[in-house]
Amino acid sequence: MSRKQKKKLIRIIVAAVLLVVISFLSFDNIIMLFLYIVPYLVVGWDVVFSAVRNIIHGQLFDEQFLMALATIGAFGSGEYREAVAVMLFYQIGELFQGIAVGKSRKSIASLMDIRPDSAVVIRDGAEIKVSPEEVQKGETIIVRPGEKIPLDGTVLTGSTTVNTAALTGESLPRDIEAGGKVISGSVNLTGVITVKTESLYAESTVAKILDLVENSSAKKAKTENFITRFAKYYTPCVVAAALALAFIPPLIVGNFGEWIQRALIFLVVSCPCALVISVPLSFFGGIGGASRKGILVKGSNYMEVLSKVGTVVFDKTRTLTKGSFTVTAIHPEKLSEDELLDVAAAAESYSNHPIAESIIAAHKGHIDQSRIGEVKEHAGMGIEAVIDGRDIFAGNGKLMDMAGARWHNCHIDGTVIHISEGSCYLGHIVISDEIKPDSKEALKELKKLGVAKTVMLTGDRKEIAASVGKTLGLDEVHAELLPDGKVKAVESLIKEGRTLAFVGDGINDAPVLARADLGVAMGAMGSDAAIEAADLVLMDDKPSKLPDAIKIARKTMRIVWQNIVFSLIVKAAVLILAALGFANMWLAIFADVGVTVLAILNAMRAMKTD
Amino acid sequence: MKKIFELEDLDCANCAAKMSEAVKGIDGVTYAEFNFITQKLTIEADDSRFDEIMKKAVKLCKKIEPDCTILLK
Repeated sequence: MSRKQKKKLIRIIVAAVLLVVISFLSFDNIIMLFLYIVPYLVVGWDVVFSAVRNIIHGQLFDEQFLMALATIGAFGSGEYREAVAVMLFYQIGELFQGIAVGKSRKSIASLMDIRPDSAVVIRDGAEIKVSPEEVQKGETIIVRPGEKIPLDGTVLTGSTTVNTAALTGESLPRDIEAGGKVISGSVNLTGVITVKTESLYAESTVAKILDLVENSSAKKAKTENFITRFAKYYTPCVVAAALALAFIPPLIVGNFGEWIQRALIFLVVSCPCALVISVPLSFFGGIGGASRKGILVKGSNYMEVLSKVGTVVFDKTRTLTKGSFTVTAIHPEKLSEDELLDVAAAAESYSNHPIAESIIAAHKGHIDQSRIGEVKEHAGMGIEAVIDGRDIFAGNGKLMDMAGARWHNCHIDGTVIHISEGSCYLGHIVISDEIKPDSKEALKELKKLGVAKTVMLTGDRKEIAASVGKTLGLDEVHAELLPDGKVKAVESLIKEGRTLAFVGDGINDAPVLARADLGVAMGAMGSDAAIEAADLVLMDDKPSKLPDAIKIARKTMRIVWQNIVFSLIVKAAVLILAALGFANMWLAIFADVGVTVLAILNAMRAMKTD
Repeated sequence: MKKIFELEDLDCANCAAKMSEAVKGIDGVTYAEFNFITQKLTIEADDSRFDEIMKKAVKLCKKIEPDCTILLK
């Protein structure tokens, strides 16, 4: 509780005690009035004061004005005790509301507690503690265990493990050696490291994430805009209805006092606070919770779209697959697997083609350069090299034909490298792009969540695409697409009428990301292009984060609608009861502050993502 | 130019909405939002008239919600 809140609590207690004492006394009416005014002012002087001040400023119909009017009206109709009690409960409600809002602010702030406070920079051999903003690009900073890494950079000396959970949601700490990259906002766990900075603070990953999350409320969801518009009309309408209720029925049926009292209840219920606070708070909580799992949502509007996704379109390379080529099969005809790989790696050892690199990477061991004689490249076919005095060919079918070797294709899809010694076929090595370990799980989850259609688009060959599609259980696969073909495919899928999300690596699919109802980029940790182009960023490149994101979005939307429906029904019910004469002030107070507090508490649930 | 100011004692969400509307109406302001949750004002306005616009914004806020202060740093 803040100091202000404590003061309010004391006033509430004093007024409550006075109220109880006074209600046991009995004096003349006029003396009772003065007695009751004492606790009224103790608890509500600030409300009356603000009301008067706001009227002078031309601000009618705010909460304080309405409360002052309602309570003074109650005094006027002789219900002194009710008048004090209404003010008392209004203040109790306000106090609760203040505490609840304060609490949620604090927990949201702690969700985003990734901002580094300081950086220790080495200048002229001395360590200086400065704010992260003051560190230049290319300077050396030192980070000790337990500290947040303040800026993006490369480790110069030392090795450590870092925790990137706050950024990516990945709870497993990562080992980092000298030469490895570290990301600002992650926590250094075990060793002292020096880091050469590669960005200014303003351009660092942590600053970008914070900026994104804090500004996400600027992009409002339709529901939020609806509430704002609704609030604008709701209060004046209810106040007008109250006026009508106070003066029109008594002209016909009489009993002025009774109708004025009903009208006062209308005034108490006329504040749309419950909605105006809880709806943005739910969205903010949802976005904050998602960011903690490594899912950046760029605005409440995307939360809304995400909850309705019916078609998910994936790019293949680097989204569902790792995008790095690896040897997935070795099929020797005459040698052992290791021998075949050894020959192939030696033959390819001078090449820097990605396929050659993956064969060399699979070989792992050292290749003795003295074994390699003359190397000849046959463009578009492969390599001919003299290895240990043997004439080795490594390449595609055309190369085998040229060498006169009798080769055959492989039953596994992928890029096949055939190897022969002269015209003697030795076997082949299959290289393919590995599917990410969680891709299958991601697609299964999406189906479970009721996503109607999953599609994969790729520029890759048909056979490879079909095999990936079959392994993962995708509904549709479109292969051999050029970038504009991807846009066309997405456009025709949008025409099917479902909300479409496109998931890509954000590098060469910006037009598709923009065209989809929801563009999702694999964050690739700090890739500007991805963060710029997308509406949603999965920070750790895991496709399985998409179903997680959908779950969070749906939960958020559920909470938003619960709050809207609950608040409106309670208010409408109290208004109807009041008009018919069945509601009293107590009920009205509940419909105002009680509902607000409950809605805030409900909104807080959006933050919890597990 | 876009600037962010901290707010003090912004206690009512409805007032925040009202103030956002009012400040958006000042000539030269392209965007304004009083964020009830983060207690921050984000304002984007004409560079050359920024100080003058901020003075107007502060005045408007005082009128709508006298308890709330914009911390001009």
